[in-house]
Parts: sequence; C-alpha cells; structure tokens
Amino acid sequence: MSFINKPKVAHPSLPKNALGLTRRQYEGSMSTLCAGCGHDSITAAIIEACFELDMRPEQLVKLSGIGCSSKTTAYFVSGSHGFNSVHGRMPSIASGASAANRDLTYIGISGDGDSLSIGLGQLVHVIRRNVSMLYLIENNGVYGLTKGQFSASADIGSQAKRGEVNQSAPIDPVLLALSLGATFVARSFSGDKAQLVPLIKAGLRHNGFALIDVLSPCVTFNDHEGSTKSYTFTREHYHAATEADFVAPQESIAVDYPVGEATEVQLHDGSRVLLRKLDASYDPTDRGAAYAYIETKLKQNEYVTGLIHINESSSTEFHTVNKSSKTPLNRIPFEKLSPGSAALAKLMARYR
Amino acid sequence: MPSSVNAPDRINDFVVKFANVNGTGSASANSLIMKTIFRMGVPVTGKNYFPSNIQGLPTWYEIRVTRDGHAARASRVDIMVAMNAETYQRDVREVASGGFLIYDSTWPRSTLLQRGDITVIGVPLAQLVNENFDGVRNRILLKNIAYAGVIAALLDLDLTVIDGLLHESYGKKPKLLDANSRALKLGYEYARQHLACPLPLHVKHLDKTRGYIMIDGNTAAGLGCVYAGATVGAWYPITPSTSLMDAFKGFCERYRVDAASGERNYAVIQAEDELAAIGMVLGAAWNGARAFTPTSGPGISLMNEFVGLAYYAEVPAVLFDVQRVGPSTGMPTRTQQADILLCAYASHGDTRHVLLFPANPEECFHMAVQAFDLAERLQTPVFVLSDLDIGMNDWMCRELKWDDAYQPDRGKVLSDQELASLDKFYRYVDRDEDAITYRTIPGTSSKGAYFTRGSGHNQYGAYTEDSAEYQFVLDRLKRKFVTAARYVPEPEIIGGGDGKLGIVSVGSCDGAVREAIEVLGRQKIAVDYLRIKAFPFTSKVESWLASHTTIFVVEQNRDAQLRSLLTLETQVEKSKLHSILSYSGFPMSCDPIVDRIRASLAEEPRFAAVPTKVVPR
Repeated sequence: MSFINKPKVAHPSLPKNALGLTRRQYEGSMSTLCAGCGHDSITAAIIEACFELDMRPEQLVKLSGIGCSSKTTAYFVSGSHGFNSVHGRMPSIASGASAANRDLTYIGISGDGDSLSIGLGQLVHVIRRNVSMLYLIENNGVYGLTKGQFSASADIGSQAKRGEVNQSAPIDPVLLALSLGATFVARSFSGDKAQLVPLIKAGLRHNGFALIDVLSPCVTFNDHEGSTKSYTFTREHYHAATEADFVAPQESIAVDYPVGEATEVQLHDGSRVLLRKLDASYDPTDRGAAYAYIETKLKQNEYVTGLIHINESSSTEFHTVNKSSKTPLNRIPFEKLSPGSAALAKLMARYR
Repeated sequence: MPSSVNAPDRINDFVVKFANVNGTGSASANSLIMKTIFRMGVPVTGKNYFPSNIQGLPTWYEIRVTRDGHAARASRVDIMVAMNAETYQRDVREVASGGFLIYDSTWPRSTLLQRGDITVIGVPLAQLVNENFDGVRNRILLKNIAYAGVIAALLDLDLTVIDGLLHESYGKKPKLLDANSRALKLGYEYARQHLACPLPLHVKHLDKTRGYIMIDGNTAAGLGCVYAGATVGAWYPITPSTSLMDAFKGFCERYRVDAASGERNYAVIQAEDELAAIGMVLGAAWNGARAFTPTSGPGISLMNEFVGLAYYAEVPAVLFDVQRVGPSTGMPTRTQQADILLCAYASHGDTRHVLLFPANPEECFHMAVQAFDLAERLQTPVFVLSDLDIGMNDWMCRELKWDDAYQPDRGKVLSDQELASLDKFYRYVDRDEDAITYRTIPGTSSKGAYFTRGSGHNQYGAYTEDSAEYQFVLDRLKRKFVTAARYVPEPEIIGGGDGKLGIVSVGSCDGAVREAIEVLGRQKIAVDYLRIKAFPFTSKVESWLASHTTIFVVEQNRDAQLRSLLTLETQVEKSKLHSILSYSGFPMSCDPIVDRIRASLAEEPRFAAVPTKVVPR
C-alpha cells in the first residue's frame, strides 16, 4: 500500500450525518496493510457503521492487541482515543476501561492469533464477564507479521503458502463464544460490506459482549489454492443464515417481510435489529440450536454467517452484576469516594 | 537482653509461643490473648508462622510482650503453649532455659517432654472440655479458648478485658458467647486451683498503648486505597496479598454503597490471572479511574509485560507487592524482601520504576495514598513493596489519621476547556520541561484524542521507527525518573552516631534495626540509621551514603538486592557497603544485626557479606 496522506479537507457536497459529520471525519490514518487486505474492508465497514450511527468520535474507544488486525484501530475514527496494547491482552484493557467508564462505547479489534492463541484465556474470560463491547476478530487463519505461520483458526487440511498442511483442529470463535453463553455472536466476511455494516452497528449497540468473527483473507500469506481462508474459498463456502437490518430508535422499519420470516429484537437503547431468517428452521435466539446448526454446517465445510445468536434479555452484563453506580466510576467526585477523618476515627475503635 | 526468665525485670517482657494444628480455630484464642495484653496497656507484637495449607499442618503464633515497644520479633521463646503433639519435640527444644512449657496432659508425655532446665506444666485440656461440652468440632474449637483461660491465669491477664473482647466478638450470638465464656473459665479456674499463678513472667497494667491500634498492613493498605479514592481494583488471589483486596472490598461495602439505590461506587474484579489483573488496572487508569492490583512475587513476574507497556506508554498504575519467599513458588506463607530488583527494573527494555517501602501498617495506609498520587503525577506504575510480615501480621502502630484537606493529585490531565485553548494537543510533548507530559482521558473532546501504544512512538504520539524520534522519547522518560526523585518520600534518618558508622535498611527490617541500635547503644556503640522509603533515591540518600564510611545494609534476601540497587543508582563506593542478610522466611530479629556489627568492629577493617547462620532443624 502506498503511503500518501489523505487530505483532511472534505468536499462540501459530501453527505453528512445527524452530527453534521462526513464519512471522511470517521477515517483514521492511512493503512499500512498490504493492498487488498481484508482488514481494510472491515475498517471501511466500521467507518460506515459509525457514520450511520451518528457516533460522536469522543464517545468511541478503540482497543487492540498486537498483529495486523490490531494495527487497524489507527485507521478509523482518529477523533477517538485508541489503545494498542500487548499481544492477546486487549480484553483486560477493555474490561478495566469499561469498569472505569460505563458510558463510552468500546470496540476491540483483534485477530485469530491475538484472540485464539496467545489471548485465548483473556477472550474466554471477557466473554464470561460479559463486558459491554464490540469485539471483532479479523480472522485469516495465518500470522502475517511473522510471515505465514498457521494460526489456531486454520482448518485441518488447509495448506500454507509454502506447502505445509495444517493437522491441528481449529478453534472456532463462534462456537467458543456460543458455548460460553455470549449474548451476541455473529460471523461475516470482509468482502460482504452489506452484511457487515448492520452487524457492526448492532454489535456496538448491544448491551453486553458482542462478538463478530469476520473472515478476512490475507492476500499475502493465505490467499492461495489449498487455503480454506482465501477469498475464493470463503466466497464459495459462506452461507448466510440470517440477514440483519439495524434500525435506529427514531427510524421506522422500511421493508415489509412476509409473516414468520422476520424477527425483531429490541436493543437496550431502543434501537432494533430486524432479522430475516434465510433458513426457516433457524432460530437465532436459541443458543443451543444455533450451536448445533453452526457445527453441522462447519462439518459440511460451510461458514455460516449473519447474526448467529442474540440474547438481549440477559442480566449478566458486567455493570449489572457489579451493581455499578450509574455515574461512571471515573466521574464520581472524590468527596463521595473518601470517607473522611470522622469515619476513620470511628473505625479505629475496631482495632483498639 | 534480659538474662533470666525468673528475674523480676521480665514482667511485661517475654515471649509466648503457641504451637497449634492449622485449621483448628486456634487463631481466635491467640489473638484474644494478644488483644487482652494490648488493652492492658502493654505493647505487643504478634507473628503468625503458618503453613501453606488449609487444615492439618503445624502452625505457630508468637506473642512478644514488650514493655519497651519493640516491633521486631524476639529470637527466644519463654513460654511454649504446645498444643500440637506432632511438633512437641521441636517445641520443647525451642524454649529458653528457665522457661515454661504448657501441654495437654490428657495424654501424659512424661518422657517426651523431659527437659531439666524448663518447667513443664500439664493441663488436661481435652478432658476438661470433653466433660463440659458436646460435639467434636465444638470441643476442638473450645479447647483453644480453654488454654487461653489457662494462659490468662498464668500471665495474670485482666478478666474484665477478656470478657469485653468476648462480648465484642460474640455479643450478637449468645450461645457462642456463653460457650466461649464457660470454656475460658474452665481453663482459668483449673489453673488457679492447680498451678502456681501467676508465673514470674506475667503481665501488669501499663499505659503504653493509648493512641495505638493493632492492625495488619494489608488491611491498612486496603483502607488507604479507599481513602485515596481508588474505584477499580483488579486482582488474582495470591498469598499473602489476598487480604488486601478482601479489606478493600469490605471497606467499600461499608463506605461506597449508596444507601438508597444499593449502587456501588467501586468495582472489584477477580481476574483470570495476574496478566489480566494488571491489564484491567491499566485500562481503568488510562480511562481516568484510580486503579490498583495487590499481588506477590509470582504475580509480578506475570505482570512484567504490561508493566513495560505502562512505563513506555505512560499509564498510571498502583501495584502492591506483598513479598513472600521466592524464587518460584518458594514458601508462600513466609516473608522476604526479595522482589526489590524485580520491581525496580520490571519488564524488558530500559525501564525503571518508582518503588515505595512501607515499614509498618501505618505506612501501608499512607503510602497507598501516596502511590496513587505519584502514579498519576508521574504517569507511571508505582510499586508498594510490603511483605508478608507487614501485610498479614497484626502490628501495634499509631492510630490512623486522615487530613480532610487532602485532595488527590490527578497529575497533568487536560479538561475540555484546557484543550479548547490549545492549538493542537500532542500526548508526549514536554511543555513544562519536567519530563512529564499532558494526557487526556477518553471521553473528553476529540481534539484530545490520541493513540496509546507500546510500539515506538514520537513525542506527538505517532508510530515511529526513526531512531532520533524514538530516542527523544526514551531520553525524556529517563529525565522523568529524575523528576520522580523530587516527589517520592524522603528517607527516615536517625542520628546518634558519629556520622561515620551507619545502617541502611528498608521496610519490615525497621523494628529489628531500631532494637539493634538500642542494644548496641547500651554497649557504647553508636550507629546512625537511614531507612529508605522510596526508589528513585533522593539526594538525601546520596549525601548520607557519601558522608558515612562504614555502612551496613540490612535486608531480607540472599543476594543483597538493596545493596545492589544502591551501588547501581547512587555514587556510593561499593566497598563501603556491608551486607547483613536474613532470608530464612521468618521476620527479622535484632540479633544478627547486633552480632554482625559487634563482630565487625572487633575485626575491623574486614567486613565480608556473611549471611545470618541458619541451623536446619
């Protein structure tokens, strides 16, 4: 990719959202990833989602670990604070940040190496803790920055660029999240922006932990014949179970679906996700059924995409469990936090 | 040092040690006795030597009755309350000549407990308890209170004080109160009828504990975090730091829950491991909360990676390292000061960290508050290096006081208004030339948005692989450490010597050092004392080291870590520093310090680093 800095001046005719911001104002610095990298398409989808959600840049917090995917937090919404932490440990940064300020919107970008190998423990526990955030895995089955080693999401039989064939069973983040009781689980493909944008919007508005596993081919190390994470293979084998539309609180639903075909899920902030089931037997609110469906399809070499599972009525969100004050902890005045000299004097009796 | 246990000067000056079986409820009996002595106005120390075990292994509790108010452990035992048949042999051996041993004579052990130079006192405790109480567990628990009754009679403890304590503990549970009172009486009456009470070693009312409390360092540190306004605590359970978070949580439940709504003004997160615990602290602190993690050496080892990120990306964090015996798992329930170098230079690359060294629970409370101020002022991790002895034992210290005028130092954080007045915000530009730059908290206006990264960055916060840009930031961080020396607490300096001979020490060695100085003073050896309270070392440390010619460095580790740090980070001549080391895992007594300094002065000028003698049992 070339390194030409984009001019920050926007053409006056560019469309603006409710905040008066253009899409350009949701961009970040220039991507330094390889030309054609799936990750850049995901970055574009995030920019689109934030633009459409009328997200105030200072409302968003971007978090990541280490790897190609983790670099991308620099490439969108430069008006947001970002934290590029250490390899596999972004979930703990996100947990702490969310504990300190429950009012901000957190987006974590990770990769299959960052999430499923070095960071598997933290991923599992952030799901368990149900921290309110959108966690996006840019999944390409390969380590890019260290030049092409298999990652833990590589399928059995998938071939590396140099010919080596993977023999170890893959970890599927979607099945993992389902088994842990995640309340928002989705899968998508970097090449399907139409599917991805509403998923990102819904994930950002979900009350609790939202995981989107995005198949995002690595053009340099994993886009060859024999790879099961190439553009070609992914296009041939992905299969949408649901089609999701995101409807903001003030919007009305524009499309009419035949009765029984669409499910409406109301999100915490009043927005709605309209789910159209492409397979009539599929029920995204039934976690067990969703698990069985995904597993069966995986065995048939099919990646099921779309909003796979949603449970908006769960009460396990971190701050709900913690009974945190409605005022973010970082904004509670000191006087309310420190009990003062009189209380201390009284307490001393206990130790005399 | 008193010569004989029978001498009249041993009133209010002796050591009672309790040998128990872990998990049998002996702790409440032992602390009842200690608290009673304390409330009789007589200074005490209590040291718990417990195993890494839930139930069944031997455990000891040592109470030093010390009318002169010494804080260290004494290296002798005058009265042994031998309640664990398994350890009789070594417990008998440990009693000082002329001392006493009390045991449960329900099962007589005339041969096993034979020692001509001590008095063995048998009390049929199990029999007494079995005749008066039902239930196996009940009998085990109450036997402890029964021996407390025996000790109360032998030491002439004030029964009204004991009664008061029992009421405080069990006032709301009349059945328990009744059983405990009866068990206590049982032991007390037996002793009064069958034994020569009191012993020549006993307790008499004094007035030397007014204004003092008995508290452990972890409780005090947890309370300090509450008073400092910490709102996020993340941790992974590890001995001996666990009680710090327990205390924080307990105090938060008392002071930080909104009475009307039940909402909490705090979050305690039990992390999946220490790697995550420190990550949560960084996330929360970066996001503008005061956040901390309590841990011990093994936890610090795991936290190294994130500590380096915090140093380089300049994120505040407070870490309490309640040190235990290493290396590796080591002895989790024994004390040491062997994490000094680990913490000073934690993580790969060039890093140096601010360390605070409390010497007692009172300092744990105040240094907890200081740690948050320093972390936010300097935008860097701050380690509070306590240890198991300070953290888990009850220490007599001055009542904690709070100044309501205190305002937290949140450091250089730009508000929206301040941002508005700037042309542009850059995260790592040294505007004030003190090497501390301005930060913004997420959620403030997007003008203050910046990207935090552990990868190479320039002063504008942008990614860089340019050597000059990289070095510019790294050199500023070095200067920031110089700035840090202006903010950290000064050492405590005690004169009295000739300005040439001195002791440097740190943390929980303090009691042993002070006592040693007193003992040496009585032998006409005058010694100066400098107690390090923080790293980086201040100019006062530097000048004290320069002016003294013979310096003994007292610390509790094998490798003389404080001495190493002094030689690395000050101008002091290495040959002037002589080590006195104690790393057995038990709290230090003054003996090795006294012995070593006396021997050295006799052998002047040869001082070699000889560890204190350890005789394996």
